[in-house]
Amino acid sequence: MKNKNLYNYILGIADNSLILGQRLGSLTGHGPSLETDIACTNMSLDLFGQVRSYYQYAAKIAGDNRTEDDIAMLRKEREYVNVLLVEQPNTDFAYTMARQFLFDVYHLSFLQELQKSKDLTLSAIANKSIKEVSYHLRFSSDWIKRLGDGTAVSHQKMQDAIDGLWTYTDELFHQTEADKAMVAEGIGVDVTLLKEAYYEKVKAILDESTLQTPESKWFQKGGKEGVHTEHLGYLLAELQYMQRAYPNMEW
Amino acid sequence: MTTTEQIIDEILIPILEQVSDPEIPVLSIMDMGVVRTAVIEKDMVKVQITPTYSGCPAMDVIGDDIKAALKAAGYHSEIELILAPAWTTDWITPRGRKALEDYGIAAPLNAEADISVLLEGKRLVKCPQCGSTNTRLVSQFGSTACKAQFQCDDCQEPFDYFKCLK
Repeated sequence: MKNKNLYNYILGIADNSLILGQRLGSLTGHGPSLETDIACTNMSLDLFGQVRSYYQYAAKIAGDNRTEDDIAMLRKEREYVNVLLVEQPNTDFAYTMARQFLFDVYHLSFLQELQKSKDLTLSAIANKSIKEVSYHLRFSSDWIKRLGDGTAVSHQKMQDAIDGLWTYTDELFHQTEADKAMVAEGIGVDVTLLKEAYYEKVKAILDESTLQTPESKWFQKGGKEGVHTEHLGYLLAELQYMQRAYPNMEW
Repeated sequence: MTTTEQIIDEILIPILEQVSDPEIPVLSIMDMGVVRTAVIEKDMVKVQITPTYSGCPAMDVIGDDIKAALKAAGYHSEIELILAPAWTTDWITPRGRKALEDYGIAAPLNAEADISVLLEGKRLVKCPQCGSTNTRLVSQFGSTACKAQFQCDDCQEPFDYFKCLK
């Protein structure tokens, strides 16, 4: 492949949305209330829509016979390069919203920068997605506040969720080889520059929600290099089932 | 990169106006503002459409419906989905907004008012049934990604509000 760095870079963006979209989509019919159920599946739909644009572009860059479906459905676990944060399971609603919030704050600031990419397809996708992702962030921030500043039980559950997921936040700002190459070409976003504002923004919302910002400095990483937590394999088994059972079926 | 300008051959307008959004059948795709260009090149019509939301499942159907309508009018066509410039609710025409209201969907407010009703509990959305603005948000997401759920506290009717997208 001629443009392997760009290809890998696109997967680095898209895999986050695919895996988070799958997590949210699996709440269909299982949300704690009808409204939140619909919200989670709508966010899932937005993410899948964005993912299709990225994978279609990646398939074009690959230049072989690969399709968006092949990229989405037929890779092995170690070939997915999403961050560990998005593959964490739907333990309870506080955890689901905390995961969403910690990703949305990053996602929005990432897309803001990606809009300036020299690559016109990526900037167009960012420009389109950012409107949807601003809604996601509003929704998840709202729930952080409602549960954090809610009852003693909801407060505790939200604090536990934030504490539990905190260890996965730092990885959002790690750079892969493809990231570095694309930043150098003016195509990619330098995520290291987003880190400070991210933690400030998160802390501001946590403060407003009467939640403690964790102080732990020990972070998990690996997803961006294809080394995942045990949860991803099970997720992929479900995600890939139809494509494996009925090869070449289309979306 | 395309501009925000629409380039549509006049002969094609009546044909494209027959095609409607499958989720909101009273709204033509022209009034929705999703058709960006439609030009005749020899015996082929080239149409560019832009999605309202990235994951909108209606786009594939809209593409097929455009092809069918053009075929019935004697044209072969090619449909291309473009992302830039991104669609905004500002592209819904005044006639489109009226069609939404008549159908029972509240039309989008401006961006500032939209945030105040969705996040701050302001009562500004006009009930499409009785016209009252004594309405409240039930859910930020509704029956489709582009809508939120509201209820009118005067006539009690629940209804969809088409969210502002800018």
